[in-house]
Amino acid sequence: MGEGARPDPDALLRAAAQEGRGRLKIFLGAAPGVGKTYEMLSEGAARRRDGVDVVIGVVETHGRADTEALIRGHEVIDRRAVRYEGRTLHEMDLDAILVRAPRLVLVDELAHTNAPGSRHPKRHQDVEELLAAGIDVYSTVNIQHVESLNDVVASFTRVRVRETVPDAILEAAEIEVVDIPPDELIERLKAGKVYLPAEATRALGHFFSKSNLSALRELALRRAAQAVDARMLEDVRALGLGGTWAGGDRIVVAISEQPGCDTLVRAAKRVADGLRGPWTAVFVETPRAAGFTDAQHARIAATMTLATQLGGAVATVPAASVVDGLQSVLTDLRATQLVLGKSRRSRWFELRHGSVVDTLVRDTPDVTVHVLPMPSDASGRAPPRRPAPHRGTPAHYAITTAMVAGITAIASALFQILDLGNVALLYLLPVMAAASLYGLRPGLYAGIASSLAYNFFFLPPTGTLTIRNPENVVSVLVLLGIAVATSQLTARVRAQADLAAASARTNATLAGFLRQIAGVNDVDMAARMICDDVRRLLDVQVVLLGRGHGADLAMLAASDPGYRLDTMDHAAASWAFDSGTPAGRGSGTLAASEWLFQPMKAGGRVVGVLGVASDRTGSPVRPDQLPLLGSLIDQSALVLERLRLQDEMRDVDAVRTRDRLRAALLSSVSHDLRTPLTAVLAGAAQLRHGATPEVIATIESEAQRLNRFVANLLDMARVEAGALKLHVEATDLSDAVAGAAHDARRALEGHEVRLDVPPDLPLVRADPQLLHHCLLNLLDNAGRYGDPGTAIVIEGRHRFGELRLAVLDHGPGLPPGREGEVFETFRRLEGSDRSIGGTGLGLAIVKAFAEAMGMTVEAGNRADGRGAVFALVFPAALIVRDLPTEGG
Amino acid sequence: MPAKILVVDDDAAIRRLLRNTLLRADHAVVEAPDAKAALQQAGAERPDAILLDLGLPDRDGLSIIPLLRKQGDAAILVVSARDAVDEKVAALDLGADDFVTKPFDTDELLARLRVALRHRGRADQEPAIIRRGDLTIDLARPMIRRGAEEIHLTRKEREVLGVLARHLGRVVTHQRLLTACWGGDEEPRIEYLRIVIRNLRQKLESPGPVGSVIANELGVGYRLRAEP
Repeated sequence: MGEGARPDPDALLRAAAQEGRGRLKIFLGAAPGVGKTYEMLSEGAARRRDGVDVVIGVVETHGRADTEALIRGHEVIDRRAVRYEGRTLHEMDLDAILVRAPRLVLVDELAHTNAPGSRHPKRHQDVEELLAAGIDVYSTVNIQHVESLNDVVASFTRVRVRETVPDAILEAAEIEVVDIPPDELIERLKAGKVYLPAEATRALGHFFSKSNLSALRELALRRAAQAVDARMLEDVRALGLGGTWAGGDRIVVAISEQPGCDTLVRAAKRVADGLRGPWTAVFVETPRAAGFTDAQHARIAATMTLATQLGGAVATVPAASVVDGLQSVLTDLRATQLVLGKSRRSRWFELRHGSVVDTLVRDTPDVTVHVLPMPSDASGRAPPRRPAPHRGTPAHYAITTAMVAGITAIASALFQILDLGNVALLYLLPVMAAASLYGLRPGLYAGIASSLAYNFFFLPPTGTLTIRNPENVVSVLVLLGIAVATSQLTARVRAQADLAAASARTNATLAGFLRQIAGVNDVDMAARMICDDVRRLLDVQVVLLGRGHGADLAMLAASDPGYRLDTMDHAAASWAFDSGTPAGRGSGTLAASEWLFQPMKAGGRVVGVLGVASDRTGSPVRPDQLPLLGSLIDQSALVLERLRLQDEMRDVDAVRTRDRLRAALLSSVSHDLRTPLTAVLAGAAQLRHGATPEVIATIESEAQRLNRFVANLLDMARVEAGALKLHVEATDLSDAVAGAAHDARRALEGHEVRLDVPPDLPLVRADPQLLHHCLLNLLDNAGRYGDPGTAIVIEGRHRFGELRLAVLDHGPGLPPGREGEVFETFRRLEGSDRSIGGTGLGLAIVKAFAEAMGMTVEAGNRADGRGAVFALVFPAALIVRDLPTEGG
Repeated sequence: MPAKILVVDDDAAIRRLLRNTLLRADHAVVEAPDAKAALQQAGAERPDAILLDLGLPDRDGLSIIPLLRKQGDAAILVVSARDAVDEKVAALDLGADDFVTKPFDTDELLARLRVALRHRGRADQEPAIIRRGDLTIDLARPMIRRGAEEIHLTRKEREVLGVLARHLGRVVTHQRLLTACWGGDEEPRIEYLRIVIRNLRQKLESPGPVGSVIANELGVGYRLRAEP
């Protein structure tokens, strides 16, 4: 490998993509009846004898006995019955083959069109999927079905087939030409051995003429040779051999909204194949494009699609004129060849505007220009013209007249001091004003009116329209010429401004959309906004699907929450999501769906699917809106991807917090479990020497402490795991408080406990156990931090609609300003001593449980500043209102 | 009165602890480490009471309560570390007499066992009267006296106290109390019960946390304490 002959990365990528893919072999025939199917079956049988796993996906025997005999040895995958308009069609069962997963499958008639409602409209797309699944495919095709040769064949056989196979497929395939001499084929035809398609039967006499067959045969052989060339070239590029490519030919084909451009594209493909150069189909979007009908937009889109199918690149270039646009493209692409259609514009039009062809031939000497005639087509009539802006309204003409009259008056007043030439100059003013303000026609009108006024009032003999001096003819012509030139210049400037304005509008729309959505941090909200904006901007119905938290594709939002997707829609959406290509209405896949689903790609992966639908026939979106839709989808995909990443970050944060808590817990556990355990073990050892009440009391209280700690750990674990199950029931607080005080009696030893819970306090809705644990922890805390010998008060108050249950102690209280922090997990406020015990879990549990039940917690200091107050606040919603007096 | 007690627990240390406790209280003890052995022993030894741990290695303790019930009329006390309200209610509904949560106070356990045996007719007759200070509760009627003065009870209060008295020392679930006292109602509500219990408490007790006569088993039911 020499210097500068580096491998082409694209070619290497393509080669890599081929790895793991199945290989396609095409048996190419010049005409029906040459024996393609027979040849394919024979070769399939040979492979089977070699031990290869071969099945028949679909084979049309057309009742030929020798062909049927060949089928018998093979496993045949049953076809799928499809009901369509009362008829039952039998189509190849793609899914069954994918499930069966043979090494090689035989698929007859590559150009076949599937029954409506099938996954793909074309059989070659089925084959593409089989190849992608790593299954080798043998298939057959007749030369007249090859996309780029469609026109050529039709031109001499007068039979145009609608079913075509893209050239790209042939180029990637191994091709075997099934060839018999024309005479022999005609013999077979006469012997009735050949089944003929309907079109061919109709054109029988003509189609199977010896000359036609010879031509077809030559085409087939040439196409096969070309395919071999193409593959060889690919290999050469992948290996970085050769390297003359950069200096080779590049072909540009200019397409327009006019019918017949598909012929141009096919021609360009042939030119490109012949020259082995890359080619690009270019549409120059001039200001005229704004006035195109839907049909014209659709035609451009179709031509672009065809170019892509034929393996060309496509580009749309905005420019003020076709010539400008093409020149810039030719320069950008360093093109050497230009394919153009011969415009069928009138001679008059060309005189005025100049011929595009002539200009290009003249101004681009480095480029070879191929000019092809455009086919005549009744539908090719120029579309109804948009009301041109340069026609002017009656008001414009009135103002123009007034201006001319005004200048005439001024000139009359000044005539004494002006010479005739200066008067003519004065008349330039209304002409230029009208031409630049109102356009060509008012400008011309001003020119004519001015020259008439000038002639009548100022040119001798005044008072007549006679011109005596030939010099004065020049003045009139100059006035008219200025009118034309000015209006043309202004019109062009204005058109460019319009184009810029339109693109600015699109950009502003996008910018507005982005601004709005940039601040959104919630996927559902973003999805809703995307749907609403796309609907508003494009006037279509919108749904957005994505993989939320589940594995299945589900609707995230819709412009109308009432939309329901049926099975077909879901299949199309899933296809778009999985394959990353559009599916549904107006696309090549699952077109029976009402919706067109576009994959939303960001960072190389599909993050969602946007579905659009409308009442329009064909594609739900106007072709001229497609770029905007594309931009919206791209931006939306980025937003969704950003939100997904944010979610991931949040998850990571949550994990980090959990890890921090776990570390704190471990240190707490080692201290708070070991301390009481040590006391218990020491106490047990002392028991050997005889039991004293003191030792027994120590063991009991330390074991109790251990028990509370374990209970708190379990509670915290339940909170952390989100496994809190609430059993809410009407609960009597005096009952709850009494129970808690009873269970906490050991922790409260040395304190006087005062219950101040009025007997008429209403019942509250709470989980009795969680409430019990809250109270236990509050009492435990008060018992621990209250000064020994002081009272602990439990106080219930029903005031202002809320119910407040507070535990008050007498002690150091809480550091002012940091009262709320006591509820944080493992928080022991400064100054608190480890010897007091406690894990920092208790109050966190109080808060977590209380909030789970809908209560709030408060911490503060007593009004007199001599102790802490912890309160549970029950909002009005938790208070049971209709207190029965005596039920039953 | 000594009784034969079957201890079902997979933990040998707990079995040893229970055996020592029960032997000290003059009961006879048989042991089973799992559900299979428990059913065998219950059939062969005809125990008077069974202390049943719910966390058994071979099958869920809850599921063998009805089977043990069928084997004989032994009192069943669930002794479990599980603290779920649902499970306690389920155990009672399936036929257990009472439950004790681990870790337990052995005195408490023996008291519960005594109550359960009494209800199975294997122990002394129930006391007809509970005394707390100057308070006397006559369980048979039922009636409350403070000193010599009778305290008025409403009809519902008397009904509820009556049900609790008949199950002296044992927990009675909310549902059972509601059905017994408000059975005729369309939809008996726990609020009724709470209010009646609150009123009863006010009449039975002096304010203060210690020594409640009516104990609240959180989320499960109420128990009239036989002993202070």
